[in-house]
Amino acid sequence: MADIVLDKVSKSFPDGTVAVQDVDLEIADGEFVILVGPSGCGKSTTLNMIAGLEDISSGELRIGGQRVNDKAPRDRDIAMVFQSYALYPNMTVRENMAFPLRLAKLDKETINQKVDEAAKVLELTALLDRKPANLSGGQRQRVAMGRAIVRQPKAFLMDEPLSNLDAKLRVQMRTVVSRLQKQLGTTTVYVTHDQTEAMTLGDRVVIMRGGAVQQVGPPQELYDHPRNLFVAGFIGSPSMNFLHAAVQDGALHTALGDVPLGDRVRRELEAADAPRELILGIRPEHFEDAELVDDDTRRRGLEFEAPAEIVESMGSDKYVYFTVEGERASAAELEELAADAGAADFAGTGGNLVTRLSAESPVAEGQSRRVWFNLEKIHLFDPATGRNLTLHEGRAAGALAD
Amino acid sequence: MAVETTTRAKLRWGLLDVLVVVFALIPVLWIASLSFKTPATLTDGKFIPREWTLDNYRTIFDTDQFVRALINSIGIALIATLIAVVLGAMAAYAISRLDFPGKGLLVGVSLLIAMFPQVSLVSPLFEIERQLGLFDTWPGLILPYITFALPLAIYTLSAFFKQIPWDLEKAAKMDGATQGQAFRRVIAPLAAPGLFTTAILVFIFCWNDFLFAITLTSTERARTVPVALSFFTGESQFEDPTGAICAAAVVITIPIILFVLFFQRRIVSGLTSGAVKG
Repeated sequence: MADIVLDKVSKSFPDGTVAVQDVDLEIADGEFVILVGPSGCGKSTTLNMIAGLEDISSGELRIGGQRVNDKAPRDRDIAMVFQSYALYPNMTVRENMAFPLRLAKLDKETINQKVDEAAKVLELTALLDRKPANLSGGQRQRVAMGRAIVRQPKAFLMDEPLSNLDAKLRVQMRTVVSRLQKQLGTTTVYVTHDQTEAMTLGDRVVIMRGGAVQQVGPPQELYDHPRNLFVAGFIGSPSMNFLHAAVQDGALHTALGDVPLGDRVRRELEAADAPRELILGIRPEHFEDAELVDDDTRRRGLEFEAPAEIVESMGSDKYVYFTVEGERASAAELEELAADAGAADFAGTGGNLVTRLSAESPVAEGQSRRVWFNLEKIHLFDPATGRNLTLHEGRAAGALAD
Repeated sequence: MAVETTTRAKLRWGLLDVLVVVFALIPVLWIASLSFKTPATLTDGKFIPREWTLDNYRTIFDTDQFVRALINSIGIALIATLIAVVLGAMAAYAISRLDFPGKGLLVGVSLLIAMFPQVSLVSPLFEIERQLGLFDTWPGLILPYITFALPLAIYTLSAFFKQIPWDLEKAAKMDGATQGQAFRRVIAPLAAPGLFTTAILVFIFCWNDFLFAITLTSTERARTVPVALSFFTGESQFEDPTGAICAAAVVITIPIILFVLFFQRRIVSGLTSGAVKG
């Protein structure tokens, strides 16, 4: 077991493309860290560099305090679980799991004992004599994990290990991975493009975009206090609503009405180079049916009226999609996020607002409805840099903060 | 497979298969039949010999010429196959796994060699080999065989290597294997069907070659069977060697059949299934 430290680690290819740029990351011993981001953000490259499957162009990688930049994967004592599982098809499950131990030249008895132990943990005992071809996807996945845990390495690296499983199995295996990691207490770096996995599994989440780290922190912190537009849009499902907002006379003109500004944000906007146009971000759960809000709460927010387009009743609450007039928020980050979600081609329809209202709300499709939203929970972003203007000392304070 | 195989379809395909097999096998059977005929009945036009005899076989094994040629053939073909497959495997592995400068050129040149008309090389090779003292020796045939078998070997093998998921090699490295161990214990066993297929193809190519064998040999020292057959005469100048040639032709197909049967059992398709998802 060991800590992993990435010190300004970069990866560039001979043709000049930079896949990973100056990644600084300290992963504590026993910590479960998730690397997440859209495809092509450099998360897998970063993992491969930790594994030693890819050379580090510059910077330093230390595992357990030791510089391992030039060490071969076999000398780093870390195990990896691949997205494709990469089981050896010519070997049985037992042989697959024993392979790293045999390469380490352990004696037969120890090998058998360790394989049996790992098989028990992962409930593979009955399958030990089967070939990978005769296993289901979930079983193969467990064998791949077994092969990783069997030799008790310093760290586990997992490259989207669950992405080939069907949705139900994925949720199930998520808990298996989580429990296993807690049980073994081994430092784990886990790569995924699925923000739900990132939110549910990790102690800390590293969000990457275009080879650079955007924000590092516990899942809840990333959710509540996103440092920039990209993090705000990437984390959360359904994702945050973004609206165009124009700054005028100390207030914001948006499609939802004029949003008053507190002193803090106003000061920020008084600077000479401050943007005249902003992007307003609100999470779906910070909306509520205006009828259901008490007076005390009402004061902290703003109301608007809009036609409800679609109502999805989830039982516990209702997802209501409203159509609002006005300019669409536009920024490079948002386009990238839409492209990653595969929605680039139909995002063009005006302002579509996703809200999560209480189940008691009598809202009906096609009807206009008064909706309240919480001003303390909104975020304001600079469209040029993506910076969250409402964030002070790492805490998002909404638009009204003094 | 979504195609439904009805009894009628099966019957139709079965008939078609039989037709093709019969078409391909009749000349072979004809030669086999001729080899069992006596000189008197050789030209009677009957498919099944009226008088069976093993004289033809006795004749060819009595002559030192044929036995010697058989040994040459087996030796030369086996050595050429072994070298071509080993070299081809290494080249194919590099081509399918690495990105090195000149890779496209290498593949292109090997394709060029495969397409080059061999006849046009015969006289230069003859001159070169005479100068180098390779003429009428085993290496004198093994070398050109390797040259022409290598492109074939590289092409078939790189197709096989490409099928093997690269992740397996990475996984082996992560599990603590060196590059060599990863190749020997993970990649090579999976490429085995490819290696055997290639070996069969190369062996058949070497075994059947007539062009190089007739131009680059002059005596029994290195003459292979296909050439020896063409020099066949009867015991006397006036004897018709047809029966003996047929017997020899039957004999030389036997090693090929054995070779294929032996290796075919190892060509198990779907060896890599279960390695990776999909």
